[in-house]
Amino acid sequence: MSAEVHPELASVVEEKIAAFVAEKTGTRPEVGQDLFATGVANSMFALELVVFLERTYAVTVAGADLQLPNFRTIGSMAALVGRLRAEAAADGDG
Amino acid sequence: MDDPLIAVLGAGVMGTGISTLAVGHGLPVVLVDVDEAVLERARAATATGLRHAQLVGALPPGRAPGELRTTVSLDDIAAAGAVVEAVTERADLKTELLAKVSTLVRPGTPLISNTSGIPIDEIAECVQRPGELIGTHFMNPAYLISMVEVIRGRRTAEATVKSVLALLGRLGRRAVVVRDAPGFVTSRLLHPMINDAARVVSEGTATVEEVDTLMQGCLGHPTGPLRTADLIGIDNLVDSLTVLHARTGDERCRPSELLLEKVRRGELGRKSGLGFYVYREAAS
Repeated sequence: MSAEVHPELASVVEEKIAAFVAEKTGTRPEVGQDLFATGVANSMFALELVVFLERTYAVTVAGADLQLPNFRTIGSMAALVGRLRAEAAADGDG
Repeated sequence: MDDPLIAVLGAGVMGTGISTLAVGHGLPVVLVDVDEAVLERARAATATGLRHAQLVGALPPGRAPGELRTTVSLDDIAAAGAVVEAVTERADLKTELLAKVSTLVRPGTPLISNTSGIPIDEIAECVQRPGELIGTHFMNPAYLISMVEVIRGRRTAEATVKSVLALLGRLGRRAVVVRDAPGFVTSRLLHPMINDAARVVSEGTATVEEVDTLMQGCLGHPTGPLRTADLIGIDNLVDSLTVLHARTGDERCRPSELLLEKVRRGELGRKSGLGFYVYREAAS
């Protein structure tokens, strides 16, 4: 039931991810900023991002989704979370 | 010998990382430790490590992972094509274990001691065939960092060097072979620098963050020395500094009080969730 996806939640998800990145790195990124190209994130922090998203949103990032491009920006992470939650909702009881 | 079995001894941070690297490149691994609980954690850490490696594109595409077997029985390494010893950074422990290992494996099997600073020739004395012993110094995480320091001991045979370089090539690593000496190249340069960075913090010259930020921004260090300390593991760093200090007499290698204090408090870095920085999301 709570897995139902509201479009307006995307900005809330973005805000939460941005807050996490800010807390961990001391830098508050823009939604579209490439975290890796701009030196905010590195390969070690990448895994922390995955773990954070999985725990916070009860999703599993696996297979072809487990690739750096999905984690480059706050926006791409929020989009991934949105898609995985939608897929989980469709697979579940709805 | 198409897919040689890699025996990894010691399921700490390095042993687990090297196991992850090998299975990620399709080789079967038998990982040995004296503690079942440690092996249990190592299995979980290997699964996480494989995800991490896939995430950042550090695995060869389309290769099925090798099988990871864990065991508390050293006898299970008899069929190994290569042995990587990655136990605690103490010459006595490494010597005792490798002496035993050299009686278990077939002649011609490279015995690779993974160490950040213990001279290989100190251990060669106790193995049955000193020519088969060689050193490596993998960085952490072994499955992400593609460069490996390889140490040719005074008695290391050319065939052993060749065979280990071939194995590293198969694991997608690049190697630089150096001569045997305390701390070789990387630890001889890096460890006293990290030790000094901790002293700089203790003396109040700058905060942890400021030290790392300056070393990154001014000198191009990828993460800063204190984040590196957390990644190495501060207990391991202190062990390595102790090894270096005992063998070089260099006072810059005497573990600083701040590092010792962190070890006493169990603040070991990433692996314990707290070191110079907090890692609560990555831990547990």
